[in-house]
Amino acid sequence: MSKGFKLFVSCDKAAHTCDKTQYDEASLWEKIKLNIHLIYCKACRKYSANNAKLTKLTKNPEVDCLKNCEKEKLQTNFKKELKDH
Amino acid sequence: MSGHEINPNKWIDLYSDYLFNYTITRVRDRETAQDLVQETFFAGLKSMKNFKGQASERTWLISILKRKIIDYYRKINSNKGKAEVRMNLNFDGENEGDWLEQRVADPFDKTAENNLENTELGLAIHDCISKLPAKQAEVFKMKTLLGYETETICNELGITASNLWVIIHRARTSLASCMEKNWF
Repeated sequence: MSKGFKLFVSCDKAAHTCDKTQYDEASLWEKIKLNIHLIYCKACRKYSANNAKLTKLTKNPEVDCLKNCEKEKLQTNFKKELKDH
Repeated sequence: MSGHEINPNKWIDLYSDYLFNYTITRVRDRETAQDLVQETFFAGLKSMKNFKGQASERTWLISILKRKIIDYYRKINSNKGKAEVRMNLNFDGENEGDWLEQRVADPFDKTAENNLENTELGLAIHDCISKLPAKQAEVFKMKTLLGYETETICNELGITASNLWVIIHRARTSLASCMEKNWF
């Protein structure tokens, strides 16, 4: 537990937590530590802001892509056609 | 004519997501969108000799896809036009088709400009994703766009969780700077 109560974390840790928060996977304690880190670290603040911006963009319903199985289906169909060609 | 040789073997990997995103913003149905993308690839294959190399492969495929989408709408409209039943669930009085859902203001009601911007956004993101290394692109897509669980991705690709986060971190960093250049 003593390790868990470290208040100041490294930039690497902070960036990792920041990535995790983008997917709602960081714990409360991790988020607190991240925010404490952000108070004094300008670089991480910038990264954090950019990261959040990117998340906002990708959350947009218009951004979509093929699922892997769908892509495979396309690929096999296309291979067949390519052979006939 | 060898100046613009094209290699259809790589089409699916390189362009299918981009074309699919282009289609899905226009037809709103995954199945149809996939069919249209597939038809586009087939048509591209058939008319490969006519490709003059004046545009990039992707632009050329998009131009085929555009025709396909137009044809699709033409087809459903001609069928539908004959047998269309116009429904108005609220036509008389309070009790006819009194569905609250239909009266609530649409929170997703967007202006045309907004929609246009979003359509382009999807393409811009795929543009940036296609510049990433293949592994990063794959992991990022699975995690962010398809919303898979960390564990699922790890199992499927055979990597550890910390490995995954490193890949995600790199992908996000380069994507953010790419979008910074091209979008904001």
